[in-house]
Amino acid sequence: MSEQVKMFLNGDEAVAWAVRLCRPDVVSAYPITPQTIVVEKISEFVADGLMKCQYMHVESEHSAMASAMGASLAGARTFTATSSQGLAYMCEMLHYVSGSRFPIVMMNANRTLAAPWNIFGDQRDSISQRDSGWIQVYVENGQEALDMIIQAYRIAEHEKVYLPVMVNLDGFVNTHTYEMVEVPAQEDVDAFLPPFKSLNAVDFEHPKSYCISAGTDWNMEFRQQQQQATLDAEAVIQAVDKEYGAAFGRSYGGMLEEYRMEDAEVCLVALGSVNGTIKEVVDSLRGEGKKVGLVKLRFIRPFPRDYFKALAGRVKAVGIVSRDLSFGYEGAIGSEVKAAMQGAGTAVPAVNFVAGLAGRDIPRGTIAEMYQKLERAADGGAYQDMEMVDMRW
Amino acid sequence: MLAKDLTDKEYLYGHKACPGCSLGIVGRLTMKVLGEKTVVCLPASCMSTVTTQYPQMNYTTPSLTSSFPASAAVIAGMAAAYKAMGVEDVNVVSFAGDGGTADIGLQALSGAVEQGQKFIYICYDNEAYMNTGIQGSGLTPMGATTTTTPAGACSFGETHVKKNMFEIMMAHRIPYCATASTSYPNDLVTKVEKAKNTNGPSFIHIMAPCPTGWGFASELTVEIGRMAVECGMWSLMEYQDGKVTVNKFADKPKDVTPYLKAQRRFSHLNEEQIALITAQRDKELAIIRGWAKQ
Repeated sequence: MSEQVKMFLNGDEAVAWAVRLCRPDVVSAYPITPQTIVVEKISEFVADGLMKCQYMHVESEHSAMASAMGASLAGARTFTATSSQGLAYMCEMLHYVSGSRFPIVMMNANRTLAAPWNIFGDQRDSISQRDSGWIQVYVENGQEALDMIIQAYRIAEHEKVYLPVMVNLDGFVNTHTYEMVEVPAQEDVDAFLPPFKSLNAVDFEHPKSYCISAGTDWNMEFRQQQQQATLDAEAVIQAVDKEYGAAFGRSYGGMLEEYRMEDAEVCLVALGSVNGTIKEVVDSLRGEGKKVGLVKLRFIRPFPRDYFKALAGRVKAVGIVSRDLSFGYEGAIGSEVKAAMQGAGTAVPAVNFVAGLAGRDIPRGTIAEMYQKLERAADGGAYQDMEMVDMRW
Repeated sequence: MLAKDLTDKEYLYGHKACPGCSLGIVGRLTMKVLGEKTVVCLPASCMSTVTTQYPQMNYTTPSLTSSFPASAAVIAGMAAAYKAMGVEDVNVVSFAGDGGTADIGLQALSGAVEQGQKFIYICYDNEAYMNTGIQGSGLTPMGATTTTTPAGACSFGETHVKKNMFEIMMAHRIPYCATASTSYPNDLVTKVEKAKNTNGPSFIHIMAPCPTGWGFASELTVEIGRMAVECGMWSLMEYQDGKVTVNKFADKPKDVTPYLKAQRRFSHLNEEQIALITAQRDKELAIIRGWAKQ
């Protein structure tokens, strides 16, 4: 392996570098804060001749995804990026792409949805699209963002998967903060990610119809195959992560990462950048002798149901930090973690902490309080199923 | 190229369109010009409804159903991919209806034309959302009754004039655009061939009479299309290299009344309302006459 080059990049730039290394044939994208730097940087690479691809500056996110679908249909490796309102605007196309099994990779800069309008980060945009049939992964920092774009193509293009993958970065916290990022050499990425030979592309020798209409007599059979492919992706995700680790020296645990969970009695479960802060709090509480841990949930589709089923037998209380909210209930991933734990038949107190909506900070003190509440619940104390933390009232 | 020169090979057959539907003419003739290395893209429309019901696929070449608003973006993406991969001998064509073009698909079409990829976009215009039950579109002509612009005590049907897609495309300075009609097949196939040979986006707006939605007997499809041109309700034109060529228009148009009265959708119109439609037709013809004189 050639030496990796250390660069001082923000998360968006790290994504753009990863995309460049993956050699897509077509990039179609529309700018939106806080994703904009990705498309600017890729445009710059193309303008400077450093990326050989067709860059389509489309007129909307809906067309960005539609063009990506057309390109993938023609057999091209394809990339796009969006955020928030843009993701909502392309929602219709998300379903077309997954239902017709096009292995497109998209970066999403997590940003809240209007109204009230706000450009800052939460995960209501992508989590509201969890039923769109896309594989979804959430990253903690810029390095992981770069690494996951490269891994995402291997997962998406795996013959047992053939599904689109959405790589989520927290808006601003990930997209606009700079860190040292190790950028692999092109020849090593080429070895890890060979040129795309689509199994689902137009073939004039064997003409097929795509995105077809299927009536009541066939439609559920298509859905069953889509479900199976998404479930099969779990093993592929694990294998690709291991292989990436062997090739580049960084791996992330695949579906999820356990942090100091060996003998943990209470734990938090979280997605994205807040995991970095939680890890610091865990270290600090561990220093005080408290048996706390963290499950950094990385993929929400497919969902690691069996892991959480087993977790219910290992810990005394679980808190799920949600930067999303399904109004009238709770954070959607909170519900899913709780439901999976119920499968074990053991009742473990579980609290859904809704926090950090629309870019509000989730400071260490807030996280420490979450752990305190979980410890009280573990000792038989009262707890709420769901609470919104750090509110003015 | 003339219709008699076309191949006997069929690229579209077995479809489930209504008797007398002109979309079969659009699909058959166009595909005979474009040939087998053609990818067909269909937004939600009559065409997709009657040709891509799994497992009975009616195009012999690769085809796909795009989402309703996005067919132009999908074919632009395909064209970009073929360009990126160095493939030069493939045609990408979209057959979209009037609603899929002038209403929900207009934004994507505008964006795709502006980007300049090589694709052929064909709007087959049956002047309403037909497969969903005859709802009015931006291309429904003034005075037509549809299920969403019904004629009644306070309404004479569609009140707005038909949106002019030819001029909208001209305003994009598109390399090639044309109007055509399924009743004039020689003109139609000539235009498809020009579109095929255009190095960039091309757009053809084809008048496609609909027995079911317009209300005429299924054997009159070709006749109704001819009447439309002869009474000046439709004209055959081209725009290429910045110049308009008028191929066929009614300089001295016939009375619109027989054309209107041949169709159920206009059967409610009184003389005053027909006079309004005639006046609007005359305004449109004055513009076309100006182009014809250039």
